[in-house]
Amino acid sequence: MDFSFTEEQTLLRNSVSKFLADNYKFEFFKKNSRTDPGWSPSVWKQFAELGLMAAPLPEEYGGLGGGAVDTMIVTEELGRSLVVEPYVQTVVVGGGFIGRGTEAQKAEWLPRIAAGEMVIAFAFAEPQGRFNYADLVTTAKKQGSNYVLNGQKAVVLGGPWADTLIVTARTAGGQRDAKGVSVFLVDKKSKGVVTRDYPTVDGLRASEVTFENVEVPAANLIGALDNGLELVELVTDTAIAAHASEAVGAMKVLLDATVEYSKTRKQFGVPIGKFQALQHRMVDMFMNYEQSASIALMVTLKLGEDTVERKKAASAAKVQIGKAGRFIGQNAVQIHGGMGMTDELNVGHYFKRLTMLDTLYGNVGHHLKRYAQLS
Amino acid sequence: MDMSFSPEEEAFRAEVRSFIAENLPKNLAGKRRSEYTTREEYLAWHKILYKKGWIAPLWPTEYGGTSWNVTQRYIFNEECARAETPMVLPFGVAMVGPVIYTFANEEQKKKYLPRILSGEDWWCQGYSEPGAGSDLASLKTRAVREGDHYIVNGQKTWTTLAQFADWIFCLVRTDMGRDTASTKVQEGITFLLIDMKTPGITVKPIIVLDGAHEVNEVFFDNVKVPVENRVGEENKGWTYAKFLLVHERSGIAGVARSKKAVERLREIAASETVDGKPLMGTDEFSRKIAELQIDLSALEFTELRTLAAESKGQHAGPQSSILKIKGTEIQQRITELTVEAVGYYAYPDARGFGDNEYPVGPDYAVGQSGHYFNMRKASIYGGSNEIQRNIIAKAVLGL
Ligand SMILES: Cc1cc2nc3c(=O)[nH]c(=O)nc-3n(C[C@H](O)[C@H](O)[C@H](O)COP(=O)(O)OP(=O)(O)OC[C@H]3O[C@@H](n4cnc5c(N)ncnc54)[C@H](O)[C@@H]3O)c2cc1C
Repeated sequence: MDFSFTEEQTLLRNSVSKFLADNYKFEFFKKNSRTDPGWSPSVWKQFAELGLMAAPLPEEYGGLGGGAVDTMIVTEELGRSLVVEPYVQTVVVGGGFIGRGTEAQKAEWLPRIAAGEMVIAFAFAEPQGRFNYADLVTTAKKQGSNYVLNGQKAVVLGGPWADTLIVTARTAGGQRDAKGVSVFLVDKKSKGVVTRDYPTVDGLRASEVTFENVEVPAANLIGALDNGLELVELVTDTAIAAHASEAVGAMKVLLDATVEYSKTRKQFGVPIGKFQALQHRMVDMFMNYEQSASIALMVTLKLGEDTVERKKAASAAKVQIGKAGRFIGQNAVQIHGGMGMTDELNVGHYFKRLTMLDTLYGNVGHHLKRYAQLS
Repeated sequence: MDMSFSPEEEAFRAEVRSFIAENLPKNLAGKRRSEYTTREEYLAWHKILYKKGWIAPLWPTEYGGTSWNVTQRYIFNEECARAETPMVLPFGVAMVGPVIYTFANEEQKKKYLPRILSGEDWWCQGYSEPGAGSDLASLKTRAVREGDHYIVNGQKTWTTLAQFADWIFCLVRTDMGRDTASTKVQEGITFLLIDMKTPGITVKPIIVLDGAHEVNEVFFDNVKVPVENRVGEENKGWTYAKFLLVHERSGIAGVARSKKAVERLREIAASETVDGKPLMGTDEFSRKIAELQIDLSALEFTELRTLAAESKGQHAGPQSSILKIKGTEIQQRITELTVEAVGYYAYPDARGFGDNEYPVGPDYAVGQSGHYFNMRKASIYGGSNEIQRNIIAKAVLGL
């Protein structure tokens, strides 16, 4: 057993964290996310130059051949700075799907992801479907050498910034059948793709996406026809791991900020950190953070295990991170008093990001059930 | 012992219900979360109640109260919540009004009380300061006597809706000798009523987590306040302020509004689907709601016990901190579960849509996460829940 990072991994962390410390301060986050287009293509380019996109991708396709641990390092740092740029969507989800595609697909798209030339959003959720990836009204029907897509996708994160959508659609079976789910890569400029873009409460942007007879080349089918559900679960479990460490990064900032504030804020003639009621609360925040860091590491290291183990690890991470994110977020606000309620202070923004990360790919309740069913 | 309502009480309920049904403008009922109530909307409802004589149920009848007993007040609150009327803001009617009719002189009563009732004057509360939150008595805003004026300098903060206010009631320090860490800091404080139009007052917005302009900083730069605007005696303001803080805790638990909010939550959970079936029908979610409702029922009876004791002349005192703590915890839990219920449609920022633009997702989801973020305030203001626990520990349990 060895939990130490390689020299390359330490260098990777240092370079991301230095870049963000210099270029992605809280004031930048606010301005960036609040002025159109709501993200920074120039930061994106610099991420690529730093090798962040390439880090986890295979070497033969322009990557650096790292893996889940590299992703964990990068996303933890991104979480610390509340980065909005769609790294996980593009590299982990996009790269995850394409990396399990055909030779031709890998050769065409992975190098472009690695170079920062592609921005991907994942259109999977539907208004009626909640957290069930198989609950699909969107259909794809074979017509000559194309598939024709029809349907509506809800809350596609990073949708407004994406040039490429990865879309789940039903190619066979009934609305909620496990069989009959397929995955397509769709050029967002395709005729019949209609988007409605809007900001999200945690500083991102999202789209409602409607597909009206959208023609997608059959060559853009990713994975096996009708058997995409397991692939979707695999890739989203990988994304869950990445977002888990993003959340861990955000939690650490909140924990540190709160402890620091409690040492300087005085009421009744003493720093509020002297009140034992608050001390115990902060100890609980600390333990929540530590447990979350542990589970984020666990899920990262278990992504390669057999399906049941992997799924259990991902669901365990969602539950732990969801609960801890809520506890740490709420109490960071509480201990900051009125200051914690302000838009001006960073605390509330981390709280909001952690809240929404609980929803993404299924909340605590959903994953408790999934875990229980797998056990 | 009997928990049923008498025929007279049922008749009263019917009267209130039909009054609201006939008088509450449709556009004011159950406003969507993202639509923040405007000054005009608050005042519209305020004036409807004023005309009916129902704006200040708690006040003694000689000043314009209703002479309702606790049960009637309880019924009135229930009916307002049921119809989702706008709130009557507490600052005038529930806060400064009672201080004025209890401690102010006749002239002041004549001048201020009728305008509080009518809604002509909008009041805000100037207690907290950047350095004085939980430890309110450490406040530093100063008032120095010069002839028949006080000259006020300093800063208040977190002042709710000060941007709409005509008047602010302030705690200021008049005895400078006592603003040190002595045990008697409370003794040098004076209660002043200040016209917001007085030169030297600046109001700066503070935006809160859901993007609302709900609170403000209020700066005082050599603000001249006539001595006749002082309530009671100089240096005795703390007594009046404390009276205000413990005065009449009924309604503080927000039980009636929470019951309505749980009903709304159940409707949402009945519309949301999991694998084609209502979320409300899942074991997991229905148990969470059951737990919430049980908590709320217990709180309702805790409140009723408090009210019953009060109607027999026993003051609830520090025990009413339970109502604040449990009441706000339940309000917060409702918003938390609502965010959970709406799934991915918790993401859209309700404020990201223009006035003429229809937001995405189901109507009931709009603004719910903003509301959840905003309601974190409830365990911070009005004496934080930590401070309330300290009060119970000390004053109830004797620790
Ligand atoms: C939305 C909103 C509206 C408000 N409206 C008004 C208004 O209209 N007028 C007005 O005057 N004020 C208003 N307030 C201010 C409110 O009353 C204060 O925020 C509150 O008293 C807490 O003070 P603080 O923010 O300075 O926090 P602090 O007092 O600094 O407290 C910070 C943290 O320390 C904890 N703490 C402090 N002392 C102790 C202790 N002894 N033991 C354990 N824990 C402790 C607190 O509970 C809190 O968690 C409002 C606040 C908010 C958020």
